[in-house]
Amino acid sequence: MTLTFEAEKRLGGFALEARFASESGVTALFGPSGSGKTTIVNLVAGLARPDRGRITLDGTVLVDTAAGITLPPSRRRVGYVFQDARLFPHLSVRSNLSYGRWFGPRAGRWGDFGAIVELLGIGALLDRQPRDLSGGEKQRVAIGRALLASPRLLLMDEPLAALDRARRAEILPFLERLRDEMKLPILYVSHAVDEVARLADQVVIIEAGRVAAIGPVGTVFAEVAADSETGAILTAVVRADDGLDGVTLLDHPAGMLQVPRLGRPIGTRVRVHIRARDIALAVGEPGRISIRNRLAARVVALSEQILDVAVTLDVGGQPMLARVTRGAARDLGLAPGLGVTALIKAVALDER
Amino acid sequence: MDSLFTADEWQAIALSLRVASVAVAASLPFGIACAMLLARGRFPGRTLFSAIIHLPLVMPPVVTGFLLLLAFGRRGPIGAFLDQHFGIVLAFRWTGAALACAVMGFPLMVRAIALSIEAIDQRLEQAASTLGAGRIAVFLTVTLPLALPGILAGLVLSFARALGEFGATITFVSNIPGETQTIPSAIYSLIQTPGGDGAALSLTVVSVLISLGALVLSEAIARRATREGRP
Repeated sequence: MTLTFEAEKRLGGFALEARFASESGVTALFGPSGSGKTTIVNLVAGLARPDRGRITLDGTVLVDTAAGITLPPSRRRVGYVFQDARLFPHLSVRSNLSYGRWFGPRAGRWGDFGAIVELLGIGALLDRQPRDLSGGEKQRVAIGRALLASPRLLLMDEPLAALDRARRAEILPFLERLRDEMKLPILYVSHAVDEVARLADQVVIIEAGRVAAIGPVGTVFAEVAADSETGAILTAVVRADDGLDGVTLLDHPAGMLQVPRLGRPIGTRVRVHIRARDIALAVGEPGRISIRNRLAARVVALSEQILDVAVTLDVGGQPMLARVTRGAARDLGLAPGLGVTALIKAVALDER
Repeated sequence: MDSLFTADEWQAIALSLRVASVAVAASLPFGIACAMLLARGRFPGRTLFSAIIHLPLVMPPVVTGFLLLLAFGRRGPIGAFLDQHFGIVLAFRWTGAALACAVMGFPLMVRAIALSIEAIDQRLEQAASTLGAGRIAVFLTVTLPLALPGILAGLVLSFARALGEFGATITFVSNIPGETQTIPSAIYSLIQTPGGDGAALSLTVVSVLISLGALVLSEAIARRATREGRP
């Protein structure tokens, strides 16, 4: 399977101008929300039309604006699993699954109903109605429905984003089996590092409507994948729990932290979890701002990432990771050894 | 039961039901088509189109009836054409009464259906198209079934409207017992007749019962539709 994609599309103030090719296996479209990933997938499915461009699948032209060819979605044989499952509310699970079987040529049909139902573990749901399913079950049925229409390519637009951690963990193994057993090429949209690292063979990094990087997951993604969402896990001591503002104050060698009232005895040691994206950096006195949590920190190292700059800090002897844009790193003159203030937007108790 | 209604009154009841049923059944396909256009269409003159469809709702029924007479009467442009080429005569026939009722109930039918089409999540139709369904298949398998509550509500509303239609009917097809005398025209005639009050009252009761039934039915459909909800 080879998908070649080359398209331009303007949507209001946003402009997409991307080109890439993907081979068989799972290709992940990775990037922040609003970067144009869904637009790309919609263009491949035929739900949107490019202003200019050419998209081919295995030599079949799906769209070619120069030649005036636009294949309607129904004739592309491109399956689509949406973020919100979009099951037909008036049909049972069984009818939802077999919906695609009514259309298209018999030739080139693949996939056995029983095998796919078994693969996705939805045999017990067949006679239920979509409204009686949990989010994870709905998404599994949606995947089955797309597969049973015998697509040549499967598009998945953040299929796990609407699910909680437990449901995601429930579905990820099914996606792995899909990849390994069905041999179906998949274009997988996500902004979750762990999903992409686990599923994808190839990664296309999308930034502001453009392809920022492309290549095998091992090389392109090594730096990003090594990173976790965690900025720091700090150990602090409860200092006061009677705050009139409904907060508990925690003592840390680098400063004081506020968390929503804990109701724990003074002197208790607690661990707090801070996400990298909740940390902002300031050089010098930050002035009058609303962020109450300020820790004195020292820059240990800087590392340029694909999307931003990872700044490793030393806060009172404990490591912390902050992520800032390249422009911000330049403006602040961040360099190893520089003293900064880490401004922390949210602090969560680490209950693990 | 014979003592309850005279033959004429039975005829009026039966005719009313027949006229209303035919009116509703014949206008349904057009109603769905116009509702689709109103709910989904983006074309120049859409506002005018909407206004024309809703016109019978606000115009005096007599005016509608007179316009029908001008257009569909034997000498009218459409009436003459139908008579010469197909031998169809509407004026002063029960079929004409059905036409008048269909026109008067049309805005109500279109409104109810258009509202329920507007409420359909079009992303479901997109999903259907990625599964291989062409435009017509999407319409038949997704749009139409999801609009069903609105279609049923529209049917009930326009059926009730047809049963009560008086002004346009009497203007267009007059008040001929056995041919065009529906319940409202029969009541009207009875009131004009000395000693007809009693019979008028029993027909009124019938009319109230049928209307009440229609309202209860449409309520039940609406409730069922909200309970089923949308994803």
